[in-house]
Amino acid sequence: MALTANTILICAGGACISSGEESVKQALEREISKYALQDVVRIVETGCMGACSLGPLMVIYPEGVFYQKLTPKAAQEIVEEHLLKGRVVEEYLYKGPTGEIVPQVAEKLPFFSRQVRIVTRNVGFIDPKNIEEYIARDGYFALAKVLREMTSEEVIEEVKKSGLRGRGGAGFPTGLKWELTRKGTSQKKFVVCNADEGDPGAFMDRSVLEGDPHTVLEAMIIAGYAIGANQGYIYVRAEYPLAIERLNTAISQAREYGFLGSNIMGTEFSFDIEIRIGAGAFVCGEETALIASIEGKRGQPRVKPPYPAERGVWDCSTLINNVETFANIPPIILKGADWFKSIGTENSPGTKVFALAGKIVNTGLVEVPMGITLKELLYEIGGGSSTGKPIKAVQTGGPSGGCIPAQYFDTPVDYDSLQKLGAIMGSGGMIVMDEDDCMVDVAKFFLEFTVDESCGKCTPCREGTRQMLRILEKITSGEGTEEDLYELKALGETIKDTALCGLGQTAPNPVLSTLEYYRDEYEMHVKEKRCPALKCKDLTRYVIDESKCVGCTACARVCPVNAISGEVRKAHVIDNEKCVRCGSCIEVCRFNAINKVSP
Amino acid sequence: MSDTCATGGKLFKELDQFIEESGSTPDRLIAVLQRAQELFGYLSPEVQEHVAEKLKIPVSQVYGVVTFYNFFSTKPKGKYQIKVCLGTACYVKGGDRVFERFLEELGVEADEPTKDGLFSVHAVRCLGACSMAPVVLVGEQDFYGKVKPDMVSKILKHYSERGA
Repeated sequence: MALTANTILICAGGACISSGEESVKQALEREISKYALQDVVRIVETGCMGACSLGPLMVIYPEGVFYQKLTPKAAQEIVEEHLLKGRVVEEYLYKGPTGEIVPQVAEKLPFFSRQVRIVTRNVGFIDPKNIEEYIARDGYFALAKVLREMTSEEVIEEVKKSGLRGRGGAGFPTGLKWELTRKGTSQKKFVVCNADEGDPGAFMDRSVLEGDPHTVLEAMIIAGYAIGANQGYIYVRAEYPLAIERLNTAISQAREYGFLGSNIMGTEFSFDIEIRIGAGAFVCGEETALIASIEGKRGQPRVKPPYPAERGVWDCSTLINNVETFANIPPIILKGADWFKSIGTENSPGTKVFALAGKIVNTGLVEVPMGITLKELLYEIGGGSSTGKPIKAVQTGGPSGGCIPAQYFDTPVDYDSLQKLGAIMGSGGMIVMDEDDCMVDVAKFFLEFTVDESCGKCTPCREGTRQMLRILEKITSGEGTEEDLYELKALGETIKDTALCGLGQTAPNPVLSTLEYYRDEYEMHVKEKRCPALKCKDLTRYVIDESKCVGCTACARVCPVNAISGEVRKAHVIDNEKCVRCGSCIEVCRFNAINKVSP
Repeated sequence: MSDTCATGGKLFKELDQFIEESGSTPDRLIAVLQRAQELFGYLSPEVQEHVAEKLKIPVSQVYGVVTFYNFFSTKPKGKYQIKVCLGTACYVKGGDRVFERFLEELGVEADEPTKDGLFSVHAVRCLGACSMAPVVLVGEQDFYGKVKPDMVSKILKHYSERGA
């Protein structure tokens, strides 16, 4: 390879692609060949760099200058100024909240400097389509070490010693799971990677699969060696076509290099990996349901025990770990359990990747040591509220998790602390909400999701969640009673205790946690028939402020149900009997004359 | 909805070829159905029966799997499938209003194609682009971020002009 003067890493993560990465890349290529720089400048499309709200973005090395919010025009300027003349183009640098230009170098930006990257160590730094770039960053070294220097027992011992806990949400000790599967009695054994990332608002696993697929393969091969399996499956959701493509490329490269297939690295050990594509069922993230789906059946969970370690795919002992859990394995093997334990907290060592979304400035992916407080995560890294209104709560753990109110933001983020608050770590989605979000409505949203996704096998989940939803619908439409609140809690606790699988057992969490922390909001809906966040349609009305309305008729023209009347240049009125509260009038009013009110 | 028997026959042949290449054991069922839906657009009773026969399993088992997973459809979909994300981040940023506006403008229910067969509107779970919320995906490629309800008619116009 020729020596290059500059390497441009351009982020090709989901959000950047959506905001126009492709056209920026094409403009770069066009300008680079226009100035005949193609031999000295290299463009690499990487996985998600994490700073999704700033996309499309790129980093130019050797300096490491971070450019953001790019356009094809920006690309042209940057080639002409930065690459040709060596002058940084200030216009596209990251600017702090007050508009000051903060360090140009990516690693020094506050968003990046507070992060500790183990799982995402390569994501955003390498070309995920090129196995050599992975190898250049110590890729497959852990596999070599395991195969040449360690017995299966030693590998398991190291993972156990590291204290790594399952990153899929429940936090089961990974090393113990490996040991139990190794002890399984079946002749054949399997390793399964759970890449069925279904929580709405969570895209950590996707970024690893797309940005560093080899790390998952390497970890699975190591797991195969440790538990005595020769076959692995990656169960990935159909909604992630790019991840599937990158995995396929990675698998064939790994076979070519002798890391997959027979006699890996010249040893006796053989292992291969097959991809199984999901078909859109949230419950398939549950391990026994996932196994059924791999076997081509309806993805319905079954009673545990027996656990998959005893009876998994085709009734054989099966190890199931999630993507993020696997991505921790190669560094643990290379750097040792003691190193891993030095990061994070005593009971939750290591890091966790979070997807920050909702009403927060820096939406995107961050990897932070366990034990960081929510305050640090949301304000120092996340940049605080994006709406100017204070953050009211953060929802963690998706449909299985709960809402944590702002007064608890000093809580450290680890498995046990979050559980104490009635939320869960979950897979790592964090949705930030402000005062415009109604907690009853949020609870209803998650319950609609679970009702939809309940597989229907056990009664508490199939019928119970439906009843809970009906009560919530009653409350949000202004017909709730105080007794409903009592029923809701009793029903939720019963489902928690009696449902068959994790989906059902955690389904009441969004309701129970909001009932606990925002009981006053529920009571306002029930007693005063009022929605303080002005979100619940049946409890809000639209009113035109006569002193502001100039009678431009814009609202009346846009109203889909002709609920607005009035003469030209005179104040208009809204007939709330007809009004469907679609909000179209508020959008078109240029005088801020239309308000939502809740009686 | 396959236009003629001739094209239908060709599609069945393609499906058979896929089954031959990737294996006809029952555990391949989901993959085979995915390919069938790619080819036919949706899974009609004929297609389901055909798959059952090829994999030597009861049709009821095929039907059970088809109706279990969201990805599979037993009804035809619009030429332009409008997928409105109703994941949490999109929801808190008003994705529900965008979704309703699409249904209103087209005068259809969710998942049901318009009379001209041009559009169908689907609520989907997180598309993983939460920083752009609310987001809409038309077909597999065309992505719209930070969508407001008043952008809906413009988006629809773009495709109706392109036509069938």
